[in-house]
Amino acid sequence: MPLKIGAGDVDLIHEHAMEAYPEECAGALVGIDSGGVRVVVDVWRAENTHEEERSRRFLIEPLAVKKFEERAEEKDMGLLGFYHSHPDHPAEPSEYDREHAWPGYSYVIASVSGENVEDMRSWTLRSDRSGYDEETIVG
Amino acid sequence: MPKVKIPTPLRQYTAGSPEVEVGGATAGEALGNLASEHPNLRQHLYTGDGKLRSFVNVYKGDEDIRYLEGPDTEVAEGDELSIIPSIAGGRCR
Repeated sequence: MPLKIGAGDVDLIHEHAMEAYPEECAGALVGIDSGGVRVVVDVWRAENTHEEERSRRFLIEPLAVKKFEERAEEKDMGLLGFYHSHPDHPAEPSEYDREHAWPGYSYVIASVSGENVEDMRSWTLRSDRSGYDEETIVG
Repeated sequence: MPKVKIPTPLRQYTAGSPEVEVGGATAGEALGNLASEHPNLRQHLYTGDGKLRSFVNVYKGDEDIRYLEGPDTEVAEGDELSIIPSIAGGRCR
């Protein structure tokens, strides 16, 4: 299913990835799942609270996730997934990502260098956890 | 029976239900029963050796059961358990 992210929200993700560089950034994708397309209406920054190695690790605490869910529900939207950045690394999920993912969420990854966001792709975990499928990002 | 709140991405394994009532006197029992009643949910909550996945957190009301009595945390009629992921990842090992 394609993931629709408007240019303004893409810019917000890119800005966050650039600001956090060389550390990884992360945040929530909030919007509406219409059945045929998932429409991101808003992106919310999260704090990367991983205690160390934030250049290759990120963590969003469960309480923050709970608050995101509640805030999304108040606005009659849902948590569609999350974004994070891979500094100086391709926009592809790692084995570590796979162990920490659920099917049903979109995982947007932005590959960021010191100068630019080089690439941004979105992934969903297969139901049997065997790997990811890429989903198309549309504007 | 306690209720378990199911996060949106896992509702595909509970026939779309956002909340499921399950039997069990403790949080561990309730989750085990949930996974037995909805077998496709199991692999997303537990590892192959039966441990709760490290990024899966269980709250009783607003409290993480890790800070209560873990899986032995008692649950009663009307108590609400929530399954909440911590979102983690990163570019390589």
